[in-house]
Amino acid sequence: MIKVTQLVKRFGETTVLDGIDLEIREGEIIVVIGPSGTGKSTLLRCLNFLEQPDAGRLAIGDLDVDVTQATKADILSARRRTAFVFQNYALFANKTARENIAEGLIVVNRWPKDRAYARAVEILKRIGLEDKADAYPASLSGGQQQRVGIGRAMAAQAEVILFDEPTSSLDPEWVEEVLGLMKQLASERQTMLVVTHEMSFARDVADRVVFMDGGRIVEQGPPSELFNAPKDPRTRDFLRKVLATQVSSSTPAS
Amino acid sequence: MDILNLDYMLALVPILLRYLPLTLGMAAAGMVLALALACGLAVVRVLKIPGLNAVTLLFISFFRGTPLLVQLFLFYYGLPQIMAFLTSINGITATIMGLTLHFSAYMAESIRAAIVGVDRSQTEAALSIGMTNAQLMRRIVLPQATRIAVPTLMNYFIDMIKATSLAFTLGVTELMGATQKEAAGSFLYFEAFVTVAVIYWAIVEALAWLQRRLESRLNEAYRR
Repeated sequence: MIKVTQLVKRFGETTVLDGIDLEIREGEIIVVIGPSGTGKSTLLRCLNFLEQPDAGRLAIGDLDVDVTQATKADILSARRRTAFVFQNYALFANKTARENIAEGLIVVNRWPKDRAYARAVEILKRIGLEDKADAYPASLSGGQQQRVGIGRAMAAQAEVILFDEPTSSLDPEWVEEVLGLMKQLASERQTMLVVTHEMSFARDVADRVVFMDGGRIVEQGPPSELFNAPKDPRTRDFLRKVLATQVSSSTPAS
Repeated sequence: MDILNLDYMLALVPILLRYLPLTLGMAAAGMVLALALACGLAVVRVLKIPGLNAVTLLFISFFRGTPLLVQLFLFYYGLPQIMAFLTSINGITATIMGLTLHFSAYMAESIRAAIVGVDRSQTEAALSIGMTNAQLMRRIVLPQATRIAVPTLMNYFIDMIKATSLAFTLGVTELMGATQKEAAGSFLYFEAFVTVAVIYWAIVEALAWLQRRLESRLNEAYRR
């Protein structure tokens, strides 16, 4: 289980996260939505300490720290309990697909190489890229790279996988295969915290949808509730804009 | 009469090649030492270590800002005058020292640029899976920085091989010094210097071939 309490992050004068409280149960799939620049990505990056939060408490499994007191060991521990999927894939450019997935197991978990590579091949099978084991990222399509990125996160066996707009950099033709893999993980009850603009994914897959605006959680609830009967005017306003564009963009040109 | 005394040139080649090990040895020693020093300087610059960073900037500024020949004369003829222990320094040592300091200043900047040039996302991805700074440097950043730095570092090595000819001005009989002596004996200056030019050229071409092979190996991961 993951519990975030009163998390604050500032960039200079700007408060990007203004006291976030969030609980994630094991096996829960949470989708975070909201306008750009409201701190959705920053929230994910703070959970992984890619950004150092300025205040708050973070509990992941048996790690429980005041973020301002977190030692180097706490930070490494938090990172090992959370896996990250990046918007731009961020695969290790000097490593093959297999090596990308095995890297953490070898370096961080100290597995023997052959065991790590065997696990990597199992994961490659699950993400449907067994034939690309020896391919370098540069030779893979965007969709394939992001699937390897998800495979790398799966290998970490973290308590939660954090998805930071995983389909936003993709050409439209590759979006479905990445969302499909995420749906597969969701059906296996992999705990997930997903920042995305894919409203259909949020509606179909999420257990809970969190709407953020201005560095705060404005409203949260099951997708049926949040999409069909949003309580806050900001949520209504955002959903009206987003759903209008997504409907019109998914209508085939005549 | 021939324009060129070809027989003389052909006879000169094996004589001059006896000095090739000294020329290449000075360049190799200079390159190894300069690389080590440059890596240290680059790390100071990347991490902006207080105090050391300012010293490094001054070092780079001086050794890039003055001619190599001036530096060599300074080490060989100048410094012994104020530092007694340097009076026993020989020309070969002074040359290696000069090449090391001079080229490390250039190489530090290209190594620094290569490290900084590795995309930030690579560091973040390594951090996100729980790697320490040392692990991500060794396994992710430095291998990628090497690929970026190799072409310029090889250029400096080529430059350094040619710069060993300045050792001749410190009384070292290397490839250039030997040529000068041979020419002074035969009065066939044109033939002698054409011969030595061709020898340098051949060395550099061989290295350029090696460089292309090395680069193509390092680029393997980046082919689409």
